[in-house]
Amino acid sequence: MDSLTRRNIMLENYQNPYHRGLVQADDYLLFNTNNESCIDNLDIQYQLKDGIISDIRFDGEACAVSTSAASLMIKTFIGKTKPEVLEILDNYEKMLSGKEYDATKLGELIVYEDIGKQPNRKRCAYLPFESLRKVLQKM
Amino acid sequence: MHREDFEILNTGIIYLDNGATTLKPKCVVDATVDYYTKYTANAHRGDYDNSLKVDMLYEGVRDKVRDFIHAKSSKEIIFTSGTTDSLNRIVFGFMKTHLKKGDEVLLTKAEHASNILPWLELEKDVGVVVKYIPLENHQVVLKNVLESITDKTKVISLAHVTNVLGDERPIREIGCLCQEKGIYFVVDGAQSVPHRPVDVEDLHLDFLAFSAHKMLGPTGVGVLYGKEELLEELHPTIVGGGMNATFSSEGSWEYKSLPSRLEAGTPNIAGVIGFGAALDYLMKIGMENIYQYECSLKKYFISQLETIDNVIVYNKEVGGSTVAFNIDDVFSQDTAIYLNHYHICVRAGNHCAKILKEDLQVKNTCRASLYFYNTKEEIDSVIRVLRQSKDIFRIVL
Repeated sequence: MDSLTRRNIMLENYQNPYHRGLVQADDYLLFNTNNESCIDNLDIQYQLKDGIISDIRFDGEACAVSTSAASLMIKTFIGKTKPEVLEILDNYEKMLSGKEYDATKLGELIVYEDIGKQPNRKRCAYLPFESLRKVLQKM
Repeated sequence: MHREDFEILNTGIIYLDNGATTLKPKCVVDATVDYYTKYTANAHRGDYDNSLKVDMLYEGVRDKVRDFIHAKSSKEIIFTSGTTDSLNRIVFGFMKTHLKKGDEVLLTKAEHASNILPWLELEKDVGVVVKYIPLENHQVVLKNVLESITDKTKVISLAHVTNVLGDERPIREIGCLCQEKGIYFVVDGAQSVPHRPVDVEDLHLDFLAFSAHKMLGPTGVGVLYGKEELLEELHPTIVGGGMNATFSSEGSWEYKSLPSRLEAGTPNIAGVIGFGAALDYLMKIGMENIYQYECSLKKYFISQLETIDNVIVYNKEVGGSTVAFNIDDVFSQDTAIYLNHYHICVRAGNHCAKILKEDLQVKNTCRASLYFYNTKEEIDSVIRVLRQSKDIFRIVL
């Protein structure tokens, strides 16, 4: 994937993010990123049903990288089982930390490959994913 | 002004984050390094030449600070690690023993975290009541201060100049009011002392806190000013070497007099000596000159920003040296990253004033904070970059 395509995917997900806006429902788990970052403030909701992540929503204010990453994260993980989430998340974390990873598992998340190499942007690309680790414990 | 003294400016950066920390001129760096390379010794100890020299220089800086803020006596100057440390000592060393349950402390929602969290801790500890003076167009006006004061008001604690919008408070008027009503007046001078003349006597301050690193000095050095009779009653929050007169195994002890009593342990000697060089440097330029220059530079900056359609400025009417802005529909951090691409250093965020958003209705801003070494040419470069921000996401993503 060339850098222009990558940028366009990020930009599209920043300007028209998927599943933006929270729902009022008791069966969603809510996580906030505010305690992890001074400036980005995202709320992320997860609905777990029948062993899969059946829905994810988000809202809040964050930079273009974090916002687009939230959108792409949501697209990637809805409908996934615990082992599937783990496999993708592991590879995503490896990619951001410059370790060897399996690109075929990541789909469009691959667009953050270069950003992971910039220390100040790496956090932004990972921010929406931090809550996934906590969600895994509930699955 | 004086750009040749700042080696870092040769790297091509446009440094507009002076509210966070300032650059250091060569004389400050040299003074700090000289202590480490030419006459290292501890302060207030030995009888050998280098130790005596350190004593003389360290205490000499105390006298310089006294003169710089027009304090009555050098005993009123305590070296700390910074503004945060100074404010904590005022709250936990003095207010904790002088306030009781139900006493009211007046702050504003535009204060820095360092001037809110210690008071909230005290509220929990002692039962004092923290109240916020309502802001008028984000600023402190005397009328609202007056209306907020009750019989129970014991302390007013305010920044002289705020770190988000850079507005100056009517400190002298509030100081007079506090004196008249017997209210302790604490002032956070972190954003004012580096930029304008400050006279603690004229302003009627009881306590003043500020940091060396925001005024050309090294990090890790700050000042706690207090009226001598108040500092006499300030309990040392840190005890140990250098501050005790005697102590015995039976548990009796006596502490030294001011200022040593409030400076336990080996101080940041190199930092304080470097700070002395910074004070000399600033006094040579003149604080009034710095103030006037920065005000005119800010006016120029604002007038140029106003020519760009999609830039919102939040503090146009405010004097001083800070510009708070956003590009329309762009998250402040993205703007900062975009500017960084052109080697322009600004700060994005809430600037440690997390509850100001309740009043400002804007959570995050970009803050460009000026100092005397910034120039119109630098402002022009920033304006050029902001003007072409249509391609911001090509740079940021």
